[in-house]
Amino acid sequence: MSWFDKLKVKTGLGPKIAKPEIIWIECKGCGEQLYIAEVEKNLKVCPNCDYHFRADARERISYLINPGTFVEHDGDLTSKDPLKFKDKKKYKERLRATFKKGYSHDALISGSGVLGDHPVEISVFEFKFMGGSMGSVVGEKITRCVERAIKNNNPVIVVSCSGGARMQEGILSLMQMAKTSSALKKLSDHKLPYISILTDPTTGGVSASFAMLGDVIFAEPGALIGFAGPRVIEQTINEKLPEGFQRSEFLVDHGLIDNVVHRRDMKKTLNNLLSMLANKPILKTVETHD
Amino acid sequence: MALENQIQDLVSLSHMYDSVGDITHEISKLKKKLRRMKHEVFLNLKGWQKTQVARHSDRPYTLDYIQRIFTDFQELHGDRRGGYGPSMVGGLAKFDDQSVMVIGHQKGREPAEKIRRNFGMSQPAGYRKALRLMKLAEKFDVPIITLIDTPGAYPGIDAEEKGQSEAIATNMFSMIDIKVPIIVVVIGEGGSGGALAIGVGDRVMMLEHSVYSVISPEGCASILWDDKEKVKQAAEALCMTATHLLEMKVIDEIIREPLGGAHRNHKQAAVSLRKALRANLKTLIHQSSEELIEKRYEKFRSMGAFSTEEG
Ligand SMILES: [Zn+2]
Repeated sequence: MSWFDKLKVKTGLGPKIAKPEIIWIECKGCGEQLYIAEVEKNLKVCPNCDYHFRADARERISYLINPGTFVEHDGDLTSKDPLKFKDKKKYKERLRATFKKGYSHDALISGSGVLGDHPVEISVFEFKFMGGSMGSVVGEKITRCVERAIKNNNPVIVVSCSGGARMQEGILSLMQMAKTSSALKKLSDHKLPYISILTDPTTGGVSASFAMLGDVIFAEPGALIGFAGPRVIEQTINEKLPEGFQRSEFLVDHGLIDNVVHRRDMKKTLNNLLSMLANKPILKTVETHD
Repeated sequence: MALENQIQDLVSLSHMYDSVGDITHEISKLKKKLRRMKHEVFLNLKGWQKTQVARHSDRPYTLDYIQRIFTDFQELHGDRRGGYGPSMVGGLAKFDDQSVMVIGHQKGREPAEKIRRNFGMSQPAGYRKALRLMKLAEKFDVPIITLIDTPGAYPGIDAEEKGQSEAIATNMFSMIDIKVPIIVVVIGEGGSGGALAIGVGDRVMMLEHSVYSVISPEGCASILWDDKEKVKQAAEALCMTATHLLEMKVIDEIIREPLGGAHRNHKQAAVSLRKALRANLKTLIHQSSEELIEKRYEKFRSMGAFSTEEG
């Protein structure tokens, strides 16, 4: 780890997203040209059509956790490349390239913080790190996050954004599904809440493990959520998929998740929910983001 | 195989001549050579070849093993939630004198049966049925044996609508603290989450020529190589053979198959599996629920490869 990366871990500064010369972005929802600064101020949601842009892990943490309260844990875990995996490129090289872009924490940031009125343990996926794929590091970090919650008697929040298991770690990445699910069973036995938040996309091994095990499951609007990816399904059944299939709203309609929650309402919704589950008064300390 | 043809020729020759002494000797020498060569070939099968053996349509399936190893099998159907789940079978049976709950993926051999069994790709109903039977076993203190043989969980509209992800996740979540022994055996294809959904147990074993992987070689090739033809490279890179998994401590034991693979000799394959099941059940059955659950948790808790230095 370079001194610069270390500095970033310590200060909690995320990597810079937009290069200074790019100031406009096209909305995938309505096609409008949007001023990036305005979109970022609006929690990366289109002011016109409410399209939810993908956000970085540190941004999401800032949307949910009270300023100055987040403490990162296990930021130094890295993959050991157990299979010495190589496709067109070496897995080691792919990892190194991502580190260089400033994402040194694998595909997940995990830590403790305060959400409104509640101390929580939180894990947030980093999609820019190999598509948010889950390998040994992600599985271990989530497991430790859950174990910390049991130790500290805190609720767990996981914000998923992942294409599934990390193929480059083979069977060991698959086993992270069992490992994380088992840890959540222990949490459940301790009667501590686990809230799962699904964002675009949440598929494969992540969807088929902790993401779908929340006591309460919320999704951001329009997120792709499912076990199999739409392309695989289309190839298997050889027909076009219906409009809106595997989107958040579809999952609510089919009774698979609790609700769709707008990014600006997420913190308040979670705070109120945690207060109710703990049978505590709902303080009005958290307002909807403007 | 050329050697096999050579033996056949000699056999036919031996029928034509009276003085067959020399030829018989020759035949038995060649047969020995063939055996040795086969043994070596099968000992060194690579990932993609193993995958093909594991998928062989003559390979014994769950119901074949049930028929050969257990007695008084009483199949139990349905998930009690509106689903049947034909790709998963399960029920109570006797193993020696012990009652057991046997659950496994089921593929079909004939075309119609293949379709009925959905090629061993389970719908959510199959996983929910499996869990229902495990809970039943737990209630009556009956050990559980699961047999894995699936290309993966079914990727379809219906499966998604009924919560394929939730079904798989809930099974792993629940299996980790089931109070009775769980023995898991990969008998053919261990395809990803669809396999793991009945794969959490106290002992996890693999038949010698079975495979177990996070993704199929085809899927991996088309995603990472962007080329469906690169299945051999993908299978190799994924390290999906029993030997690899034993090295990585994902499985506890490899069960030897008859020469040439289980499909060559169902009877002998069943004998081998029975022996392994018996030995493991014998040790597990004397452990308390607390001990079982604690060790099972530790087993899966410790899986993974990471370090605290930057790679
Ligand atoms: Zn828009």
